[in-house]
Amino acid sequence: MTEPTSAPGKGNPLKRAVPAGRSARAAAGFAAAALALFALAPLALSDFRLGLLAKYLCTAMVAVGICLAWGRGGLLTLGQGVFFGLGGYAMAMHLKIADAGPGNLPDFMQLYGTATELPWWWRPFANPLFTIAATVLLPMAVAAVLGSFVFRRRVRGAYFAILSQALAAALAIWLIGQQATTGGTNGLTDIRGFFGYDLDDPVNQRMVYFVIAAALLLLVALARQLIHSRYGELLVAVRDSEERVRFLGYDPANVKLVAYVVAAGMAGLAGALFVPAVGIISPAMIGIVPSIEFVIGAAVGGRASLAGAVLGAIGVAWARTALSEEFPGAWTYFQGLLFIVALAFLPGGLASLAGVVKRRRTARPTGEPAPALPLGEAA
Amino acid sequence: MTELSGLRVRGLRVSFDGFTAVDGVDLDVRPGDLRFLIGPNGAGKTTLVDAVTGLVRASGSVRFEGTELLGRSVHRIARSGIGRTFQTATVFEELTVLQNLDIAAGAARGPLTMLRRRRSVPEPVARALETIGLTERSGSPAGTLAHGQKQWLEIGMLLVQDVRLLLLDEPVAGMSHDERQATGELLRRISAERTVVVIEHDMDFMRSFARSVSVLHAGRVLSEGTVAEVQSDPRVQEVYLGHAAVQDAGPTAAGPHPEHAGGAHAGSAVQEV
Repeated sequence: MTEPTSAPGKGNPLKRAVPAGRSARAAAGFAAAALALFALAPLALSDFRLGLLAKYLCTAMVAVGICLAWGRGGLLTLGQGVFFGLGGYAMAMHLKIADAGPGNLPDFMQLYGTATELPWWWRPFANPLFTIAATVLLPMAVAAVLGSFVFRRRVRGAYFAILSQALAAALAIWLIGQQATTGGTNGLTDIRGFFGYDLDDPVNQRMVYFVIAAALLLLVALARQLIHSRYGELLVAVRDSEERVRFLGYDPANVKLVAYVVAAGMAGLAGALFVPAVGIISPAMIGIVPSIEFVIGAAVGGRASLAGAVLGAIGVAWARTALSEEFPGAWTYFQGLLFIVALAFLPGGLASLAGVVKRRRTARPTGEPAPALPLGEAA
Repeated sequence: MTELSGLRVRGLRVSFDGFTAVDGVDLDVRPGDLRFLIGPNGAGKTTLVDAVTGLVRASGSVRFEGTELLGRSVHRIARSGIGRTFQTATVFEELTVLQNLDIAAGAARGPLTMLRRRRSVPEPVARALETIGLTERSGSPAGTLAHGQKQWLEIGMLLVQDVRLLLLDEPVAGMSHDERQATGELLRRISAERTVVVIEHDMDFMRSFARSVSVLHAGRVLSEGTVAEVQSDPRVQEVYLGHAAVQDAGPTAAGPHPEHAGGAHAGSAVQEV
């Protein structure tokens, strides 16, 4: 301990406040990701595989939001399927209306429904601009209402996770029950066009892939800015000691709300772009199980690290396809195991592996205990 | 004007499930004072601070600079210029020293500032780093600081928070003699323009730095005054001799002198609540 009025040190250490190498490394990583997504993947992958990658990238977009809300904010968002679904259904409703053409009802409504015209809550989605805005703003608005209620009442931890799960279940069950207007269990299927482009054309499928890749990079850049801003520092502080933050004059509910709402918007955009990539959105893609799957990818890769969460989400989604092709049925168990192993033995995910190994090595000779896992290191 | 400034507590009462931890406390602390709250375990010292800062519900009246605090939420009370520390130093372990201080300094920042990166070190933060002697450690995670340094960081956070009333719960527990000396001098300087209330068990520290003392016992103010006045109060002697200082009946029989080891007194029911 130094004296309170110690002389300032040489070579002002405050100048070292922002590590110089960090931005350079981030820029290099960003360039590499752009190169892989826009040049390597389209050259190396068949149209079918590229379509699958597009689907994985949508999962990764949800993971970006989870990285922010869970990794940085400590909010175990086990209900991102809700926001993914809101975005997805909003987009699918517009595309179904557009597919049907002016004056016609979407195919499934003619099949199951008795209605002769569009339900009132479908009508605004005939407008493409409204739809695009709604895919992001609708999930954000729902998250804002829900979050302000939940966080002000200081619901947190497992209770927050259970509440999120219940909400995902509720939305899926509601959608199933409204077969005449939502397609029920089948969901909204056979989507053929995307703002005038025919989705059966491989060229247009590629275009959708590029849109998704660009959106993912955009979300990563946005999340990175948030994480390294003052707000990002405050968010970590709230995660680690909510009460202490309160005594500094902040309302932690607002701090958490921002992360939750942003994560919801990201999930909504992911859902919206998932629809043209896959051609379908159904309750099975937004309920409890998919909500958990969104989290698993981020947990395995490293929830506090953007790169970890994104690569983890892509990796787990890819493993799911690969393994369920080989061993159908075994994947569910494997996935559960993966989640447990990651949370129990490597809470920082694969992104923290290098750091853990390094610390083990350096800690051994001196016998000093390893410092707490720096969740904020890799981003 | 003097009536409006400082801390003014009237008839403060805090009960938990029928147990009254603070039982009608009246307390006045003026700006420039360095008030020590002492008393045996379970006297209600920490609960009193909890009530002033909004952590526990209380009845009565707590006014600071003329504004009633009771019934306000914790962060609003903090915003009206009141800061506290805790028995166990609570800093954001994974954030750096600099980040800890920057967050403490920022409750009034607008959304645009919050969403931008910190490009430079704010002036008050740099000054606080200097004051608490942690400039060299500004880039280290707060979790790697020594125990005493964490307590210093907490005091630094109160300084940049620019509070006008500081409530410190055992700020020198576990510190070495030199560190205590340095902390006391810092508190003395701080209290020149602010109101400082310190809960402390270390009687040597109290004797060296207190400008005034309030003795709490069983949820009430037992005695109040200068160190000498309080020490010569027979009721205070009785309370202390009846509690902890039995083995301490050495040369200091004239005054209360329970030399607790730092931190060995945190187990009372009241302080745990």
